[in-house]
Amino acid sequence: MAREAQSEIQDPIIRVRDITVQFGATRVLDGLNLDVKRGEILGFVGPSGAGKSVLTRTIIGLVPKVAGSIEVFGVDLDSSSTSQRRNVERRWGVLFQQGALFSSLTVRQNIQFPMREYLRVSQRLMNEITMAKLTMVGLKPEVAERFPSELSGGMIKRVALARALSLDPDLVFLDEPTSGLDPIGAGDFDELVRTLQRTLGLTVFMVTHDLDSLYTACDRIAVLGNGKIIAAGSIADMQASQHPWLRQYFHGKRARAVMG
Amino acid sequence: MSSDPKLERIAKGNALALCATGTWTASFAPVLERMVADAEKLAGSPQSIFIDVSEVAKLDTFGAWLIERLRRSLTQGAVEAQIAGLSANYSSLVDEVRRVRASPVTDSGTITITGMLEQIGRTVAGLAGTVAGLVDMLGAVLAAGFRTLIHPRSFRLTSTVHHMEQVCWRAVPIVVLITFLIGCIIAQQGIFHFRRFGADIFVVDMLGVLVLREIGVLLVAIMVAGRSGSAYTAELGSMKMREEIDALRTMGFDPIEVLVLPRMLALVLALPILAFLGAMAALYGGGLVAWLYGGVDPEAFLLRLRDAISIDHFIVGIVKAPVMAAVIGIVACVEGLAVQGSAESLGQHTTASVVKGIFFVIVMDGVFAVFFASIGM
Repeated sequence: MAREAQSEIQDPIIRVRDITVQFGATRVLDGLNLDVKRGEILGFVGPSGAGKSVLTRTIIGLVPKVAGSIEVFGVDLDSSSTSQRRNVERRWGVLFQQGALFSSLTVRQNIQFPMREYLRVSQRLMNEITMAKLTMVGLKPEVAERFPSELSGGMIKRVALARALSLDPDLVFLDEPTSGLDPIGAGDFDELVRTLQRTLGLTVFMVTHDLDSLYTACDRIAVLGNGKIIAAGSIADMQASQHPWLRQYFHGKRARAVMG
Repeated sequence: MSSDPKLERIAKGNALALCATGTWTASFAPVLERMVADAEKLAGSPQSIFIDVSEVAKLDTFGAWLIERLRRSLTQGAVEAQIAGLSANYSSLVDEVRRVRASPVTDSGTITITGMLEQIGRTVAGLAGTVAGLVDMLGAVLAAGFRTLIHPRSFRLTSTVHHMEQVCWRAVPIVVLITFLIGCIIAQQGIFHFRRFGADIFVVDMLGVLVLREIGVLLVAIMVAGRSGSAYTAELGSMKMREEIDALRTMGFDPIEVLVLPRMLALVLALPILAFLGAMAALYGGGLVAWLYGGVDPEAFLLRLRDAISIDHFIVGIVKAPVMAAVIGIVACVEGLAVQGSAESLGQHTTASVVKGIFFVIVMDGVFAVFFASIGM
């Protein structure tokens, strides 16, 4: 048991090998390799249009790949059976860029939707857990009966996060979680992700453009360029890197402002 | 890895001690909930209450909440239940859950007689609102139309032409096909039944009058309501949902002028054209069947048709077309602009657009029938 736990800690939770993704003639990802370790918050950066969202969607299985293999929780997603895949999907949560809340369901129904499908839980417990999730993401219980169209942008992100967390996943994908939030809201969100990661023992895969997020929330950073990972490491490694795009990104005017 | 969760009572003098073991996670939630409900019934007035969680192998929000629920219900009066043996990994999760205020959720799903009556009342009252909304839109469209007449440069020609293509040109094949088939069917049925009286040739009269006065325009209007009315509602509705209409308004554009007027105009121009094409296709289909099935050769058919119908029949039919187009367009645009934020609402309004569109087309047809009968056309 102890050895099993040991090996689980060392095994990456996501293992991406030689992934190639092509849309028509344009090759977006070209033999990309990436490991995400258990329990870390990985920040994923890169220029706009470099394929950050494409990689996320490829791992989740929304975009087909030409070549390569993806293992999540040690399960190869190409050769897995339907039930294995279900099992993996049950253990991850996804926060889409626009929230992707179901517009005809209330906040409460949105958060309960995965529970209803995957668990056999009484309505009372579901209601209570919904309240717990709302509290965790920093929303008031009154929000529960509202519809997504009645929420502000920041609230939508929070509700979407609560829905992504509703089954207590081990892994969450966050696609630009702080985009469209004001700096204070974004800072709160980073803090929230950090807290939840500590509390629930999450592994977080976060696509972001937000330098603040990289500095405050992320344990490790991976940089995408030309369809490959051009650098991966801590924020200090990134700053020390001589890669032109990285130099510009981490030593530009905005970066200096963030570092103070 | 996972072992069944248990909750056991340990005798400990006059203290109540409960020991939780195993995996306390979402997958075991039904079992956990039952155990917690049983444990909540443990009465008595112990001096102290402990919930020992040191043996819990795995804990998630569900498990943590159930332990918290147990702790809250065991806490009575001065004796507060304590959670003991919490490992460092899970202490923050339990702390987090402790902050939750469990406010009872009001379930609004109950159906009562008064509720049903209220619903009926609201629907009936809503009917007046529907008519008012249509008149409102008619006025707004006319006003926008007059404004464009005064300032012709603000007229959106490109948009109108685009919608003409969508509504008219692209609808031609399906309209012609369906009216052709209907013409064939009318002729076949007519010949089949008229033959018994030896009145085969009168099928031409029936076909001509029916197609030109009624079927041609009515059928085409219903098809256009289903095809283009629904498209208008869906387009405007999704624009409304994504705040595009609000964006237009803030830029100083009138959505009626920019979005509704070109669509209305396209429809009002398209329907007479489609109705004409439809009527011709139906006559052609009917003539074909009369020839091949009824033995009425084309020359006799045309001769008889010339006697049977006058230009009045054609005018009666074609005059109705633009009016019906306006009704369909107004209904579609009103419904489109009434869409709220959800996908469900978009679906409801698109359905309502088609249903109301067809209903009003048939009502208009009835009104026209009365009108033409009284002026003797």
